[in-house]
Amino acid sequence: MTSMSSGIQLTPEMAKIVRNQKMQDFLFHKVTFFFASLVLIVLAGILISLIITSWPALKEFGPGFFFSPEWDVVNQKFGGLTSIYGTLVTATLALLIAVPLSFGIAVFLTEMCPNWLRRPLGTAVELLAAVPSIIYGMFGLFVFAPLFATYVQPFLTDTIGQVPVIGALFQGAPNGIGLLCAALILAFMVVPFITSVMRDVFEIVPPVLKESAYGIGCTTWEVVTRIVLPYTQAGVVGGIMLGLGRALGETMAVTFVIGNAHRIRASLFSPGSSIASTLANEFGEAEPGLHYASLFALGLALFIITFIVLSAAKWMLVRMEKQKGAKS
Amino acid sequence: MDIGIYNRRKRTNKIGLTLSMVAMTLGMVVLLWILFILFSKGFAALSGNFFTQSTPAAGSDGGGLANAIVGSLMMVASCTLISTPIGVLAGIFMAEYGDRSKIASITRFVTDIMLSAPSIVIGLFVYAILVAQVKHFSGWAGTMALSLLAVPVILKTTENMLRLVPGTLREAAYALGAPKWKVSFSVILRAAKSGVMTGILLAVARVSGETAPLLFTALNNQFFSTDMNKPMSNLPVVIYQFALSPYDNWVNLAWGGALLITLTVLGLNILARVFFREKS
Repeated sequence: MTSMSSGIQLTPEMAKIVRNQKMQDFLFHKVTFFFASLVLIVLAGILISLIITSWPALKEFGPGFFFSPEWDVVNQKFGGLTSIYGTLVTATLALLIAVPLSFGIAVFLTEMCPNWLRRPLGTAVELLAAVPSIIYGMFGLFVFAPLFATYVQPFLTDTIGQVPVIGALFQGAPNGIGLLCAALILAFMVVPFITSVMRDVFEIVPPVLKESAYGIGCTTWEVVTRIVLPYTQAGVVGGIMLGLGRALGETMAVTFVIGNAHRIRASLFSPGSSIASTLANEFGEAEPGLHYASLFALGLALFIITFIVLSAAKWMLVRMEKQKGAKS
Repeated sequence: MDIGIYNRRKRTNKIGLTLSMVAMTLGMVVLLWILFILFSKGFAALSGNFFTQSTPAAGSDGGGLANAIVGSLMMVASCTLISTPIGVLAGIFMAEYGDRSKIASITRFVTDIMLSAPSIVIGLFVYAILVAQVKHFSGWAGTMALSLLAVPVILKTTENMLRLVPGTLREAAYALGAPKWKVSFSVILRAAKSGVMTGILLAVARVSGETAPLLFTALNNQFFSTDMNKPMSNLPVVIYQFALSPYDNWVNLAWGGALLITLTVLGLNILARVFFREKS
């Protein structure tokens, strides 16, 4: 009781209450600490359990597992390249489409939108982010893919498809479903995520910076590209990485429309598979053994890839926040 | 003055702003298009049987999604009951003790990553540690997978909301001699109540539409069952299986289920917004 040394005498009752409260607070600290560290325990648990369960496959095929395009259930030969390729291609294409779109929407919402429309439109974008991914999948399979096959794919084959070298990407049977279709559906899905991050970081640009630029006669577009964008660079990249993380791990939207075939073709129209779609499709039928372990190995690869991408995104966004703190 | 430069700048500006407007329109068109399809196909599938009968056998007519609706409700409800105390207590730690703790800053980082981690991997994890050990799929496994997704959402919002409570409120309570746990529960948590509720609602919304983690955990059940120890029917997995089937009746039911899920998720999101705005 060092703090009580100012001459106040504690009665035994008071001392008991103080002791009780100290005990309670000690427990409170430990209990909340335990729940907070559960998150870390789960992360460690995910990594360890995935490594243990996929070990038979990793031991059998070695690191070559991630570079072999063979996926043969009958002969028990497995390699993850086709799925990893599909994952990377669809996610990259989706971002190529989603980033300009999100940028446009964010610019519209922050710079051009009349005030009374800003709130409803912002809410609409956020609601788009809340729509469950399986809905995007069904929409893609039943509505978008048929239209895509009838109108867009023949058009692409006739135009870009005739250009040498990159033309090969846009040739083949117009089935609708395939890598390109999956990428488009993914793009619809990640636009709201990227947009809301971009809008948030655009809004922290100090008005005085923008006003000075307008004052010397800059156009709106120049203010956006030369003032807002450089100022919010780290945040924008962070938002894009966040979208990439989402796109890489998305399961349902992709599984419906990617076609689920283990092969690598030049054409983006051809069916493929992503890690998540392979898992969703084959896990139910996998026998314990190499097939099963290989699926876990794919899950491990997906988890590590997204972990790295999301860490980078987080790092960028934290840097942005620090910058904001320093300058305001 | 060079009028050419001036015109070029004006032109670039116009093109850029027009493209932004096009992007916005495109986004809205996609949203409305999806909702339109969902409503027109979904409402066609809704009927009296939809809510009262269980999923029909392959190729047969009629039936509904009663078992899936009940299964989903049970799993989401138990997930909420489990993840709310965990998320809120962890959030209290992060906000009240987190400033000087190394563990807290690592947890904050990991939580942000778990928020967007692929949900299918969470399903794999629960499969490996629970389903593979007890050798059967179950409603509890599904609940566990959903809870793992919900906790980071609740944790993060709780922490943010508690940090918004003014420090003077804490100090006033301490000055009265209240122990820390009492201050946390009766003063700070109460002051941040609506914000924390928002987080819980958002977590429930997020979890209700998740399909991937349930695929390996709760799986599906063709019959009506309220036994959480058995494989359990649930809306997302039923939608997934029915939508990919060749039977028209199943596909119709899938659209009905999709409408139901979307309305629930969007409704919860709007509710969360209203909740939060009323307070602030």
